[in-house]
Amino acid sequence: MNEGRRLRPIKNGTVLDHLPASSAPKILSILNLKYENPISILINTDSTSKGKKDLIFIENRQLKEKEIEKIGLIAKNSTWNIIENGKIIQKESIPLPELAINLFKCPNENCITNFENIPTKFIINKKNDSASCDYCNREIENKDILKNLK
Amino acid sequence: MGFLNNIKIKEKSKNIINITDFSRSDIEYFISQAEIMKSMQNDEKSKLLRNKTIASLFFEPSTRTRLSFETAIGNLGAKIIGFSDSANTSTKKGETLSDTITMIEKYADAIVMRHKIEGTAKRASEVTKKPVLNAGDGANQHPTQTLLDLFTIKGAFGQIDNLNIGLIGDLKYGRTVHSLADALNKFENINLFLISPDFLKFPEGHLRKLENINYFETKNLDEIMQELDILYVTRIQKERFSDLEEYEKAKDAFIVTLNNLKKAKEKLKIMHPLPRVNELSTDIDNTKYQLYFTQAANGLYMREALLNWCLNKGEKNE
Repeated sequence: MNEGRRLRPIKNGTVLDHLPASSAPKILSILNLKYENPISILINTDSTSKGKKDLIFIENRQLKEKEIEKIGLIAKNSTWNIIENGKIIQKESIPLPELAINLFKCPNENCITNFENIPTKFIINKKNDSASCDYCNREIENKDILKNLK
Repeated sequence: MGFLNNIKIKEKSKNIINITDFSRSDIEYFISQAEIMKSMQNDEKSKLLRNKTIASLFFEPSTRTRLSFETAIGNLGAKIIGFSDSANTSTKKGETLSDTITMIEKYADAIVMRHKIEGTAKRASEVTKKPVLNAGDGANQHPTQTLLDLFTIKGAFGQIDNLNIGLIGDLKYGRTVHSLADALNKFENINLFLISPDFLKFPEGHLRKLENINYFETKNLDEIMQELDILYVTRIQKERFSDLEEYEKAKDAFIVTLNNLKKAKEKLKIMHPLPRVNELSTDIDNTKYQLYFTQAANGLYMREALLNWCLNKGEKNE
């Protein structure tokens, strides 16, 4: 993480690195953080491994595992770093969740979730990163997931 | 007969929502229970659900499935409440499904429902602790049809493994073929031949999930007829089309007649969930190939078995 070229490193908090390019605004929206702490984002910056990537720096706030789970479908295999006193004390790959609750709209217009006020529920297929609606069984391919985010 | 080990049995209810909720051994159990119902005497059968009330909620029109369920409910000795058309209910006033189910569960021990919107049976099962049996939800699932189809196949062939099965007609919107394919995916050495026009093909996303099945897509029934053990014919359903021009193009696209059976295997059986329009010729009705009337009759035994399982928790019959 040498994004000090554009941003200074944070002393304490969370850094989400290697996020898919252009995903950072949506990820912040999903995390639904109270904006009490400084947050910096880099969008479409260079990445040696991915070509382009996003980063999010959240100062003085350690994201919990349950919060990280929410972004797993968009940010799978991105990196979740916990920073204390300027050092990375925990660095993990963001896992794919088993279930995505109320994150996307079902693309099937004839699904009950598009008629009644029900949280959507998608079961994640870890083989191909697609998601199936638990109500109507319609599948969303991974490439369409961002489009259907609520 | 053994417990349904692979099904997540809730403490207070058993549901029939998606065929994918059940394992192969679950399906075999249901088939064995339908066989028992077929041979059970009426007076014994009429005691099984005595003092139970079953709600039959057909938000979408049905004759065959509804009458089959209602006869099954009567044969098992239960009382029935409900409706055959939501036009005269609070649904027309805008009441949500959730509210309707919450109300009905106060009066009934189990709910049988058909709805044109997908996911409704699943939603109902979340709202109530009473058993919910999905009698069809939009283009999604029709699990009781699938179970009676498998019961019929088992009866005709002695097994469900090692079969070449052709599905012809509306493979895009047809919930019976979707459910059937899901179930066949739990058996061994099944080859599915998918015969449809391009605009009614079996959904690709769904096909990807059928990991245990070999499938072949074609537009030409005659080319593969000699391979088939079973030909499962489906109606091109006008009610599933939002574009009526597309329906007009499709409706006469794939019709099965005696002419198509010239190269058929001796033991070929033709199935159809009925009702038919013109996609299955009446010339086949009195031939050795016809299995669809047996299929229709089997619906009663399978639905009796499922209702009994849902409400008796297997204590008397396992």
